[in-house]
Amino acid sequence: MDAIFLQILNGLDKGAAYALIALGLTLVFGTLGIVNFAHGALFMLGAFCAVTFNKLLLISNKVLDPTVTMFKAYKETPYLEIWFPDIGPTLIDYSVPLSMLLAIPVMLLIGFILERGLIKHFYNRPHAEQILVTFGLAIVMQELIKAIFGANPVPLSAPDVVAGTAAVGDWFGLGENVVYPWWRLIYLSFSGLIIFAVFAFLQFTTYGMVVRAGMRDRETVGLLGINIQKRFTIVFALATMIAGLAGVMYTPILPPDYHMGMNFLVLSFVVVVVGGMGSLGGAVFAGFLLGMVQSFASMTEVKEILPGIDQVIIYLVAVVVLLVLPRGLMGRAGIMDE
Amino acid sequence: MTKDNKFDFSRRGLLKASATTGLIASSPAFFMRNAWAEEFVNNPGNASEIKFGFNVPLTGPYAEEGKDELRAFKLAVKHLNGEGDGGMLNTFKPSMLKGNGVLGKKVGFATGDTRTNTDAARSSAKRMIEKEKVLMISGGSSSGVAVAVQSLCQEQGVVFMAGLTHSNDTTGKDKRRYGFRHFFNAYMSGRALGPVLEKAYGNDRNAYHLTSDYTWGWTQEESMKATTEGFGWNTTAAVRTPVGAGDFSQYITPVLESGADVLVLNHYGGDMVNSLTQAVQFGLRDKQVNGKNFEIVVPLFSRLMATGAGDAVKGIYGTTNWNWKLQDDASLAFVKSFGAEYGAPPSMAAHTCYVQTLLYANACEMAGTFYPPEVIKSLEGFKFNGMGNGATEYRAEDHQCFKDVLVVQGNENPSNQFDLLNVVETTPRSQVEYDPKIFGGELGPYKV
Repeated sequence: MDAIFLQILNGLDKGAAYALIALGLTLVFGTLGIVNFAHGALFMLGAFCAVTFNKLLLISNKVLDPTVTMFKAYKETPYLEIWFPDIGPTLIDYSVPLSMLLAIPVMLLIGFILERGLIKHFYNRPHAEQILVTFGLAIVMQELIKAIFGANPVPLSAPDVVAGTAAVGDWFGLGENVVYPWWRLIYLSFSGLIIFAVFAFLQFTTYGMVVRAGMRDRETVGLLGINIQKRFTIVFALATMIAGLAGVMYTPILPPDYHMGMNFLVLSFVVVVVGGMGSLGGAVFAGFLLGMVQSFASMTEVKEILPGIDQVIIYLVAVVVLLVLPRGLMGRAGIMDE
Repeated sequence: MTKDNKFDFSRRGLLKASATTGLIASSPAFFMRNAWAEEFVNNPGNASEIKFGFNVPLTGPYAEEGKDELRAFKLAVKHLNGEGDGGMLNTFKPSMLKGNGVLGKKVGFATGDTRTNTDAARSSAKRMIEKEKVLMISGGSSSGVAVAVQSLCQEQGVVFMAGLTHSNDTTGKDKRRYGFRHFFNAYMSGRALGPVLEKAYGNDRNAYHLTSDYTWGWTQEESMKATTEGFGWNTTAAVRTPVGAGDFSQYITPVLESGADVLVLNHYGGDMVNSLTQAVQFGLRDKQVNGKNFEIVVPLFSRLMATGAGDAVKGIYGTTNWNWKLQDDASLAFVKSFGAEYGAPPSMAAHTCYVQTLLYANACEMAGTFYPPEVIKSLEGFKFNGMGNGATEYRAEDHQCFKDVLVVQGNENPSNQFDLLNVVETTPRSQVEYDPKIFGGELGPYKV
């Protein structure tokens, strides 16, 4: 029972990451009709906003290590700790959540520039061309990050207060071995909050209503005198920001490297397709479903019966879903049917 | 008085005639030193320059390691051509290298990107052999790539001096006559690490293995299990994880419930960084099981990769092929040379690549030719010193180098940004030796 409970938590945690990326992908596809293969790279850029912020906080006074004479080796003490001994270490400790202050404007700006400078020229082009250009864009972003930060992962920590594990077993009357990292629980809650906020924005605001109408029938909304294009630009920027924030919050879980976006991109596309192209609810549902399925398939008991199942289960589920429901779990008619 | 007798030999004349005859008689052998010149791939003939092919991961997860390997290769070429301070050329013994290239020819090089992908690595090695006419291929940061490229080099008749490859298979079941490995292997890691683990954690432990699902991981797991079970540890479970899994949470949570008190991470590179970081996040290092502190072991440690795991490496035991903090003359000479050139210490991957380049060059000098079968014979059974690992031997039976192995531990109090690992034990070569037959394989022919 304990093992199953832990795998449920793992599944929710994984699903939260998939759902958050897939949500942005679907939002862009549903509004702009763009198949954005650069979305994973935007997730990675968000993670590197956190890295940049951390590096800024860690600008240090370097003292040469006298024991090393053959090259320059330093013992580094951050200026923040020297100048502000009381608050400096705390600021550094909280660098990941604080880096959202940098990530939000930066990612919004990147989204705006990308949409206006590149993506808008591909609205009426075939999906194959959109995929090519966005994939190329992803590679450019990756290489830029690699050139600046190197290819190795960069370690970032969660604040000390949430760096340990929560005794979730005690909460639910399970064994004492049932513990789960606080940060992963925070990530799960954060994802839930963002997903709720996006749905609330689309469902309960006039702006959201217009966007939803545009997703259904862009032409008619335009004929009503609404500049739907301008709103879609903002939607693209918002989707970029969501991917970026997901990346920021993921850094203590997975030390970011330039390639991390690609790893998530493939899975997120599977999530979008299984959920149904253009369906926001489908993306979220499929994200959690596939995260859960992947976690359970990785259990030793399952792998003993079906070795290697953990590596293919997501794709197997995708094949089965698409055979039974060609439009995905919640896909609508008319989306990518041509 | 005239000499009428044309055949009137004096003693001096006889000696002169004998010497001349001897010289003429031996001259064909002198000119025939490269008599097999036409018979081998990329024979440089009378060209004044030869090329080595450095096949390293410049993109992908091991790109930083690849960059460091390339730095070392460039430094080795520089030293071979008599530039710079000579580095380990000054400490390598016995050596025929004089700093005037190899066999009087200047050394150049071509580079390829393995992308840590077997197909890409084979294709870049093939390009360098066919287009760049390289005499030797070296480099790489993965056993899968090493095995694939080694096999290609055997088919092509070009010597392969492997870079970082740690699987037993490279010089075991997949060994090749044209392939040579200076780097140590998984079996040696297990043998070296075993006594240190027993001393530190006792002989009553339950180990849980998480293993990268490819050739290196399998042999690393097998070697660690053999060693630890040998001194009394029980293996609770051994779970294979996909390479590049990213999030290992679904593999780590079962450890909490397993009753194990040691987690052995048979992971390298990005997988090691992620699994170690996440294992620490799941509180494994703060956990007590069966009244003992839970411990994590990483059998193969690389300083360059360990930086990605940050504080998580502190106190963790592992093994390494070489470390920049060693104080022998050869290591000091290499670190000085590398540090002056690049402003940072070399990684163990850089060290092995530098050494391999010098060893190949020296073997050509010893053979007096670039003809691969003769170069191979020079390397087989070659005993040397002054390359940073003490007395070393290239065993003829499997082309594996035998030398002391370093056991390291993550530094609790680093004094600078490179001070991540402490050498806690130097395991003597005799303790890590084994019968080459245990891993099977056939070297194959000299002539291809």
